[in-house]
Amino acid sequence: MKEPWVRVVKRDEISLARKIWVRVAAILISLLVCAFFIYAVTRSDPADVYRSLVDGAVGSSRRSWSTIRDTMILLAVSLAVTPAFKMRFWNIGGEGQILAGGIITAAFMRYCGDSMPTPLLFLCMIVSSCLAGLIWAVIPGIFKAHWNTNETLFTLMMNYIAIQITAFFSIVWEAKKGSGTIGIINQKTKSGWISTSFLSGLFGKFNYSLNLIIVLALMIFMYIYLKYTKHGYEIAIVGESENTARYAGINVKKVILRTVALSGAICGFTGFLLVSGSSHTISTSTAGGRGFTAIIVSWLSKFNPFMMLLISFFLVFMGNGATQIASEFKLNESASEVIEGIILFFIIGSEFFVNYKLVFSHSNKKEEAA
Amino acid sequence: MNFLVKLFTGIFSVTFFQSAITQGITLLYGASGEILTERSGNLNMGIPGIMYMGGIGSLAGAFLYEQGTGRPNGWIGVLCAILGCLILSFLGTLIYCVLTITLKANQNVSGLALTTFGVGLGNFMGGSFSKITGTAGQITVYTTGQAFRTKIPFLSDHLGIFGQLFFNYGFLTYLAILIAAAATIFLFRTRHGLALRAVGENPAAADAASINVTRYKYWATLVGGMIAGFGGMYFVMEYLGGTWQNNGFGDRGWLSVALVIFAIWNPSRAIWGSILFGALYILFAYVPLGQAFQELFKMAPYLVTIIVLVATSLRRRKETQPPASLGLSYFREDR
Repeated sequence: MKEPWVRVVKRDEISLARKIWVRVAAILISLLVCAFFIYAVTRSDPADVYRSLVDGAVGSSRRSWSTIRDTMILLAVSLAVTPAFKMRFWNIGGEGQILAGGIITAAFMRYCGDSMPTPLLFLCMIVSSCLAGLIWAVIPGIFKAHWNTNETLFTLMMNYIAIQITAFFSIVWEAKKGSGTIGIINQKTKSGWISTSFLSGLFGKFNYSLNLIIVLALMIFMYIYLKYTKHGYEIAIVGESENTARYAGINVKKVILRTVALSGAICGFTGFLLVSGSSHTISTSTAGGRGFTAIIVSWLSKFNPFMMLLISFFLVFMGNGATQIASEFKLNESASEVIEGIILFFIIGSEFFVNYKLVFSHSNKKEEAA
Repeated sequence: MNFLVKLFTGIFSVTFFQSAITQGITLLYGASGEILTERSGNLNMGIPGIMYMGGIGSLAGAFLYEQGTGRPNGWIGVLCAILGCLILSFLGTLIYCVLTITLKANQNVSGLALTTFGVGLGNFMGGSFSKITGTAGQITVYTTGQAFRTKIPFLSDHLGIFGQLFFNYGFLTYLAILIAAAATIFLFRTRHGLALRAVGENPAAADAASINVTRYKYWATLVGGMIAGFGGMYFVMEYLGGTWQNNGFGDRGWLSVALVIFAIWNPSRAIWGSILFGALYILFAYVPLGQAFQELFKMAPYLVTIIVLVATSLRRRKETQPPASLGLSYFREDR
């Protein structure tokens, strides 16, 4: 009988050491490939290039804080899509839900920034942005729960509807006629802006420490929610098998809707963080593809919030660093996306070597002989 | 009343129909490729990235040729463009195939990563190619672009309005329709097409019937990716006339994915669907309500897709459902 020369077998037990070394090896190989790519286009010493990459990401206090800020945003979106994701609900509509939250935040900043007292303004912005994201996610959720409509494609389409609504407001609210951009909202009064001088004694004059604290708190909340609460348990069961969940007396539709609502609300909240705490404006590129990247981050970290922090930081670090390389060597700044893509391919591919093993037929024969 | 008159005189015009087709052909390539791919059970979210790669590949191929010779011939340029397009879209799709089929990685995740990579690579090369190759200025291939834009001689200008409506396009337009028709015949009228659909519906059953699941998935996804790459080439060569616009391709890749749903996984429906989507895509320019409301009208194709998506899931007819194993990797031991 003809025997294939190699077979793929699922591993029964995966040791922690193996999990770590496979991934570290993947990242190292991906960095080598990136170095090759960078050398091919810049013709300069890759070591130099990597040095300026590090410089671009954490070279100064301001750059470090931007890296932290972007990491927190990516982490927040990753945390947002995770509960839905663990339930096998592919919410790739993060982009749209972020924008929905962002538009409402921008509206409050514009119209109520000067008239409302600050605490009330922030309360309104937070609650309404969460609600907006929630609604944006629950619409596909309802159809999924009741008619099993494909949520991957539905949430994807909802992104573009949100993008066009953003484009609509970009023109309605445009700063200069014909510019099509809103410009910085409340630049003089800074009302509705998350403070960038919180605990300035500790973190320096200019910092994003509030963003940091909020998102880290969210991370711990999500860890506890998924691991130690009844809701988290129900999500895990529905994700593993809907039939099992039904036998166990779990109301599957309710769990789907509740989880999707939570997911959307956190995405909407991230929109608030982006508009009020970082860009102070909104445009169709405010979300910047993070809804998609977050899916990858969440998947790679196997739904573990602490791993998400690590991976988000790594990706943002590489991205911000690559932007610096691009400007130094007068290359197009999309170089950072190319590098991000290469790294992702290797990490995604490495999962195989964590979960499966290859059995070669000649080694099989040896076993039989022995 | 005045509003409607303006709208309808705009829509019922030769130029509207022509630009609907021009917009639609890109989507038709993307959708035909993605339908072939999805019929094998692979939901390739990397299609937008692959289309960028196909576009920049064709531009790079033609650019290298035009730079290499003193007096470039447009049709040799076309061949180089096609070659470049095929190479890059093949390589891009190969990454996806190795990850999802051989390494059994998650399809959505791999696809999204490929889109990040492909869009980045397209914009990066489009913006930096002239710097890397040491030439100055914007990367353009005028001669090749003109060859791509050559209309059918005689038919385009001797048949009056009929010629203007149907023969006023470059050869890629007709190739797109031919490919979609051929894909339909392949999928629904041939033995291999039947096997491919079986793989997409139930790979374990197909495997038991001694169909090589891995081989079918690889072939369908690779060929599908290369067809989609042609969409990028069409946009760069015929629509833009042989140049690169940063992010100019926009969201057409995702719109192609939407068109797959609209066409209910049948390439022949994608032919007229693509023209309809093209019309919806440019409809905003004909709505006399001011710039802001035009932005709202740009969501038309996505809204229509959602309606189709919901309608097919409500009706639950067997023939109009997505392939049953769509999005799942196949591992024999998991049966």
